[in-house]
Amino acid sequence: MTEVFPKDTIRCDACPVLCYIKLGHTGACDRYGNLDGQLVRLDPHIVLDRAKSQGTPLVPFLEREGEWDGTLMKSPDTFVTAIGAGTTYPDYKPAPFIVSSEVEGVDMITVVTEGIFSYCGVKLKIDTDRHLGPERNLVRAQGEPVGHVTTAEYGSQMLSIGGVHHLTGGTKTEGRITCETLLDLCNGKEVALAIDDGASILVAAGKPPVVNGQQEQRMRVGCGSATIGMFAKQWFGKVDEVVVVDDHITGVLSEHQAGKMLGVRETGISIQGRRSTPGRYFQVAQPGTAWGGTNISDPLSILNPFKPKFAWPRLRLLMVSTTGEHFAYYLLDDSLRPIQKDLPPELHESVARMRENCEPALTTVLFMAGAGGSLRAGATENPVKLTDSVKHRLTRVTSGGAPAYVWPGGGITFMVDVSRMPENAFGYVPTPALVAPIEFTLKKADYAALGGHMDYVRPLDDVLREKQRQRQLTSSPQNPWPLRPSDDRDSHK
Amino acid sequence: MNHRATIRLLPATGRLHLNDGPIDLIIGADGSPTEIRTAYHAASRRFVTILDELCTELPILRSSIRAIAGSSALPGPTGSIAQCMAAVVSPYRHRCFITPMAAVAGAVAEAVLAVMTESSQLDRAYVNNGGDIAFHLSPGQSYKIGMVERPENPSLFGSIEIPFETPVRGIATSGWRGRSFSLGIADAVTVLAETAAQADAAATVIANAVDLPNHPAITRVPAREISPDSDLLDLPVTRDVGPLSAPEIAQALSSGAAVAQQLRAQPLIHAAALCLQRHALLVPVCGGGLLRPSVVPSPRCATNERYFVTASQPVSLLSRCPTEDRPCPK
Repeated sequence: MTEVFPKDTIRCDACPVLCYIKLGHTGACDRYGNLDGQLVRLDPHIVLDRAKSQGTPLVPFLEREGEWDGTLMKSPDTFVTAIGAGTTYPDYKPAPFIVSSEVEGVDMITVVTEGIFSYCGVKLKIDTDRHLGPERNLVRAQGEPVGHVTTAEYGSQMLSIGGVHHLTGGTKTEGRITCETLLDLCNGKEVALAIDDGASILVAAGKPPVVNGQQEQRMRVGCGSATIGMFAKQWFGKVDEVVVVDDHITGVLSEHQAGKMLGVRETGISIQGRRSTPGRYFQVAQPGTAWGGTNISDPLSILNPFKPKFAWPRLRLLMVSTTGEHFAYYLLDDSLRPIQKDLPPELHESVARMRENCEPALTTVLFMAGAGGSLRAGATENPVKLTDSVKHRLTRVTSGGAPAYVWPGGGITFMVDVSRMPENAFGYVPTPALVAPIEFTLKKADYAALGGHMDYVRPLDDVLREKQRQRQLTSSPQNPWPLRPSDDRDSHK
Repeated sequence: MNHRATIRLLPATGRLHLNDGPIDLIIGADGSPTEIRTAYHAASRRFVTILDELCTELPILRSSIRAIAGSSALPGPTGSIAQCMAAVVSPYRHRCFITPMAAVAGAVAEAVLAVMTESSQLDRAYVNNGGDIAFHLSPGQSYKIGMVERPENPSLFGSIEIPFETPVRGIATSGWRGRSFSLGIADAVTVLAETAAQADAAATVIANAVDLPNHPAITRVPAREISPDSDLLDLPVTRDVGPLSAPEIAQALSSGAAVAQQLRAQPLIHAAALCLQRHALLVPVCGGGLLRPSVVPSPRCATNERYFVTASQPVSLLSRCPTEDRPCPK
């Protein structure tokens, strides 16, 4: 993220030197520059080295202290990524790098290019039950519309950011801010977003989201009703009534099937909401940013007075959010009014267990883009054949060495988890459009068959000799090795 | 923990490459594999804190050494590398405007080399910080160092042999074509000194002195117009030098050489090579004054018409001339 200083000057925060960089110049390192008022990394071409058990050519300091034997990888444990490879767009030229390497006796070809994507965006999965904003509402960055709230998923709110209409269909500023937002999200930087009639959030790939200034900790384990089902046994005998407050389905232990099965006594509780089935209430709360993603800050506000026919003084009541983050414990007084007390020690464990069953809340960023005809033409003379080859899984698609899921149907529309890609793998062009790496890996014979640019194939060693433009990285251990020839060809493990 | 720094071995040569922000070190060592490994680990461990150390004192390191020395309000730097930087620029405080940053590259190289030689027994080792090099030699060892006139056209114009017996353990190059700003017009001034930080500071001062004030072919721009936080403030830094006549070149080189001679007498440096538009001058003078090199097309570069310069005789900055500062017999 950059801070604007004098006109056209930006402040680079890539390292503590914090250079002020004027338009068209680079910082002290000569690696970061000010291009059109944006901080860009003028990076060399990245070459991934397959990590071996003993050694890696690039080690974060001390991470492998004592293990490093100082050896280096040799091909075919080296995979040339498309990061920094350059691009052929808009010319129909062969891709910048077409690399061959022998892998377990099979000649493999990797066509390496950087795609310029106007049709691209990211899908954000934000693990939170807090209401971020109504579906279809605009998501804004720096006041500009950059996306919208889309269909919520389990325990998560979903945002769709970018896309051709925001990049090139709106005003120039909208396009520029959209491009900047996408670039930052894809490169793992933190981005501030605001949703119309909704929340302000801070999100970064692989980090917990911050909603209205509050950092999200955990994803809920289930809805209010499901939570009753999961924890009824642990509560039985220690408390007389439990209400799990939820904006979707609020659960009530004594009425719930799980409570009935255990023989929990009727308590005369009455919930303000629409009863669905016994112990399950809809519309008790609205989505919000208070208790467990509801608009409830005082849980007692959802209760009607206890029915004197069933309730009794000193009845023990636990109210808890689906994540266990919010809870309150009450005893009924002689007039059957709930009075808040400290949570008894025997209930701490069950609340803690609810919390620990909720996974860490993260923001995850999937980059999604479609490879156009000219990009495919850089790989082969007959672009549709590359598409077919990908569909038939003869060609593996990776992005910066990370596996890509290729959407069925026409074209090569792919999705990739940006956190599995090397850092700063994305760039941009002022169009505005994003520049993302894409690699197609296939057998040499298959490549020739689909009309590949065989004249341009270069041996891996040859490419690796051009060291001045290269950076060697260790491949991420969570990614399948892109060149593996024989095992399963699932591109989306 | 510093997550920016990258530490890696370079393929084939086994050299260590350390990078953090603007600091980029290439390190080589000769000795037993165990000793080299120990030295590399020591270098890496020392390296990862350096940028943060320096950046905490950046405002003071970017201040004029005269201001630092003359003001009780300005506390001197406290970090060991920062103190070394201030110490080696201090002798120049009455000569010209200079800040401790003039010696940053050499001082960093020196600090990293120091932990390597403390931790292990090496035959020889060097830490090259973008052309500013600190090196270690054990008895019987020497380094041969090639000199490049222009960074973008890396062909050697001469080489220097540095044996154990000389006190030289640092070499640095400064010029307007390099990464740092220069107030002068030298393409490159290479200095040999006892330490890399001393060489770095001296190369800056001598390169600034290779100059033709007010010459129309020279384009100068206030440093802050290019880099808003430059320690050189609004001093005019050289951005372009048009073609100069042979007498002009000789004049500019001579002004630089005069400064180099003074520094050598103090003694702050051991030797210097000054290059400007394919002419070189050596201090101590050797081989008949201004070198008039023959320009020959490089066989490697013949196709793209790049040329490299060969001195008519091999350049040896350390050749012991019987009469030292006077031309030595051919």
